[in-house]
Amino acid sequence: MKSRIRLIFETVFLAVLFIPELLDPMLRFLFPGAGEWVFPRSSLISLTAVHLLISLSAGAAAGIIGVLLGIAVTRPAGREFLPLVRDLLSLAQTVPPAAVLALAVPFLGFGFKPVFLALVLYSILPVLNNTLTGLETLPEPVLEAAGGMGMSPFQVLMKVELPLALPIIGTGIRISVVINVGTAVIAALAGAGGLGSPIVAGLIRNNPAWVFQGAMASALLALILNALLEEAEHRLGSRGAELLSGNQQG
Amino acid sequence: MNLEWRDVCRSYGDKKAVDNFSLEVSEGELMVLIGPSGCGKTTSLKMINRLVQPDSGNVYVDGRDVGEVPVTELRRHIGYVIQQVGLFPHMNVGENVAAVPRLLKWDEERIDARVKELLQLVGLPFEEFADAWPARLSGGEAQRVGVARALAADPPVLLMDEPFGAVDPLTREDLQREFLRIQSTLGKTVVFVTHDLDEAIRLGDRIAVMNEGRLAAAAVPEELLLDADPFIRDFTGEDRILRRLARLRVSGAVGKTAGAESPGSSEPRGPAVSVSSEASLKEALSLMLESGITSLEAVSPAGRRIGTLTMDKLLQNASGYRMT
Repeated sequence: MKSRIRLIFETVFLAVLFIPELLDPMLRFLFPGAGEWVFPRSSLISLTAVHLLISLSAGAAAGIIGVLLGIAVTRPAGREFLPLVRDLLSLAQTVPPAAVLALAVPFLGFGFKPVFLALVLYSILPVLNNTLTGLETLPEPVLEAAGGMGMSPFQVLMKVELPLALPIIGTGIRISVVINVGTAVIAALAGAGGLGSPIVAGLIRNNPAWVFQGAMASALLALILNALLEEAEHRLGSRGAELLSGNQQG
Repeated sequence: MNLEWRDVCRSYGDKKAVDNFSLEVSEGELMVLIGPSGCGKTTSLKMINRLVQPDSGNVYVDGRDVGEVPVTELRRHIGYVIQQVGLFPHMNVGENVAAVPRLLKWDEERIDARVKELLQLVGLPFEEFADAWPARLSGGEAQRVGVARALAADPPVLLMDEPFGAVDPLTREDLQREFLRIQSTLGKTVVFVTHDLDEAIRLGDRIAVMNEGRLAAAAVPEELLLDADPFIRDFTGEDRILRRLARLRVSGAVGKTAGAESPGSSEPRGPAVSVSSEASLKEALSLMLESGITSLEAVSPAGRRIGTLTMDKLLQNASGYRMT
């Protein structure tokens, strides 16, 4: 219930930021010396839409790649690649996305593509890690029973492993999406727009009002998405988690 | 459907888990595999549904080499029950029982009827249990569902790997009794692994004792308990004659020697104490010891006196008398 109220508050606050007539007096009050207040080049609402598009598309790609990789390296044929994949992705996460962006721009040019690459590389790890945890911690007797009754390996995966691992995988996807919303600010550096634009422009022009509206909007966006996905996860997961925890004794 | 292991071997590293093991199980027989832990009984069991491949030798189901049957096809026609049950936690009881019929693509109507029938069979009312989640079941209920799930597609062969090992002794006896009742109506070919000798004696049509991967003996319980082999002797315990007496009925002991009874030799001394002809010889012996007498009147359930059980007859039955 509390989280529901918080979600409503966050959504209302974000909506207020979208209305220039309300945003302008607020910024004038907070930053009286800024000179220019509402970011003039593009409306906050369209910047948010671009931001959302970038982070959700990268999140979806990271989700698909992470889950498929996780499945692949837990099958008998792919198991020997498990340590390698895990190490590579840990490594990918230690490289800052801004550095990936800088390295990728010469090859992919400015715009959406290098941003997408940097974000995807950075956010696969949480999905992969959770997929591995979900698939590796399934109760052994359940898998033995599934195989022993004559399910093919594919049927075991689809009917038993994935449904049971789904709540944990969902958490990984949520973490990855939230990370992406925060990190997608770097899109402005490659000219791909989004909420990074007012932040970067504000830093260059020394205008805290611009930094504020970009930062505020992306933070609220991250919080709202987190709450929505948590809700979805809860609906999906509460049953699964409860069922699993109860079964260990049997 | 009969089963056979023919000269099967299986090693794990340097250790021979199963060493030249051969055994036949005939159709409708309940064969118990028993032995100390690590004797290869579970490994042998899993060779039948190909969860374990033998290094050499063959396993036959109904005369067919299991290695030549597609593995999913084979397993869908062999019921498999394990100690930890392994119910699917994300499916309710009804869906768990329906798992194999679904794999076999039965139509929904037939599946529903079958689930109802099976829950009834294992003593779980359909209305109460079909929608229950596995996590909510007690250990005994969960294993009943496990047995129902294994029987769902009416497989001719049932493999049970210490199925009643994880429940408390009272529940275990319940489950054993229920299982005997079910088996007496269904007559499956069953291979039952256990390390509990009492369970083996209670359930087994025959008992195969394994030791260090080899077959040490295979016999009906009454014979196994007389086996002179030192390992079997040791394995069956100091009180094995009492276990044997527990298997034999008073009616059998009285009936068998009734014709050969010499007049006057077995007249009861003092006031007669009676024993039900349905009681075991162990109970009869206990009654003799308690009353300090050496003969009992055997009375049929209908109340008719059918003969006298003397200590002589009891001794004769304890050690010499053979089945068949």
